[in-house]
Amino acid sequence: MGNVTVHQPRSVTDATRLLSDGAPATLLAGGTDLMVGINAGRIRPERIVHLGGIDELRTWTTDGSHVVIGAGVTYGQMLDDDVAGLCPGLAQASRTVGSPQIRNAGTIGGNLATASPAGDTLPVLAALDATVQLASINGTRTVTLSDFITGPKQTALRNDELIRSVTIPVASGPQEYLKVGVRNAMVIALCSVALTVDLEAGRVAVALGAAGPVPIRATVAEDWVLSHVDLSSNSIADPRTLETFGSMVADAARPIDDHRGSAAYRRHAIGVLARRALARAFPARPAVAA
Amino acid sequence: MSGVDPVLGYALEVNGTRRHVTGSWLGESLLDVLRDRLGLSGAKGACEQGECGSCSVLVDGELVCSCLVLAAATVGSKILTVESFGQPGELSDVQQAFVDCGAVQCGFCTPGLIVTVHDLLDDDPDPDESAIREALAGNLCRCTGYGRIIDAVNQVSIRRRGDAAVTP
Repeated sequence: MGNVTVHQPRSVTDATRLLSDGAPATLLAGGTDLMVGINAGRIRPERIVHLGGIDELRTWTTDGSHVVIGAGVTYGQMLDDDVAGLCPGLAQASRTVGSPQIRNAGTIGGNLATASPAGDTLPVLAALDATVQLASINGTRTVTLSDFITGPKQTALRNDELIRSVTIPVASGPQEYLKVGVRNAMVIALCSVALTVDLEAGRVAVALGAAGPVPIRATVAEDWVLSHVDLSSNSIADPRTLETFGSMVADAARPIDDHRGSAAYRRHAIGVLARRALARAFPARPAVAA
Repeated sequence: MSGVDPVLGYALEVNGTRRHVTGSWLGESLLDVLRDRLGLSGAKGACEQGECGSCSVLVDGELVCSCLVLAAATVGSKILTVESFGQPGELSDVQQAFVDCGAVQCGFCTPGLIVTVHDLLDDDPDPDESAIREALAGNLCRCTGYGRIIDAVNQVSIRRRGDAAVTP
């Protein structure tokens, strides 16, 4: 068995230079996906480029209107109060990932690059209209999340590129990430819903996870609900709004039957989660005038 | 990459000691290297996919599953395994509490739990039950039902507070 070459670049420039020669290379970030495949003998990389030694990728910054999260930032880092204050939905999603051990290792860049339909941060990023920065020796290009994730476990990342960062617009309203699985911890999403509110932009966004090949935005429900909630008072006047919203979001799902659950169950659960997310984001229930 | 050569191998800092790893396939997990190359069999291999926590170790102070860590990528890091916390006849307080509380049955999950509980209590000296359960969520035990493990964590927490109180 031939040995594998392991590269540990210290900068994005050095990493992209390594990727530019055309030889096959496997990128290693937190290892929570790749090492599972290597341990099982499913993946036998010839050349590993380990990104964990690149400090630039492991930090996040904000200018108040956007948060730029380095691809190597872990789920654990995204639980920090500062990130949670700016992107509460991302922190909620991160907290549902795996265990403390997994959250200390797994990264947002890895979640994006793996592009599992069940990736927990992906619906939140979809709802927030995040963009992804991809670095190569030729520079950095920015793509939208929907252009980046092209199918189940398929992305627009080229062989000579790595994910540098994710840029998330800061939204001023409540955010929710709700997930169904067989237990609270250590569980892959059977389905999930991210709901974000931008009070200044007057926008409600809903995205679904594990409900189709890629994260799905429920745009019909988003447009409808805007005329049925009061953004100024965080309230919903007509209680039937929740039920209708839930079924409209469920209609946007494109789930499949698999070993974890049926499409029918997923669609039902999406409706329940969407209703619950909306109720949490708009908790006020003004009394109906007699 | 500096320090990793397919022929000459590489050196890791494990439990404060520099250890040379030679003759290995460089795609090996830290778990395999610890157990099979360095003779440190405390970390246990069970699921090898990060689900069970039996292989928990600290890398640069972060609790991780060593089965999901590429060993060659930890050159320059400080690795602590369960062997660093106590020795036969000289158990750590967490290990002693596991014995006292009957938190060990078959024992397979115990080394991973010991590392995790040390990490928890270093971070949060007085965790409530929900904090304990969340911290231990990645360490599966199929024997105990966790009750006595949680008792052990509480016992360490109480004893450490007591010790702190009597220290002048």
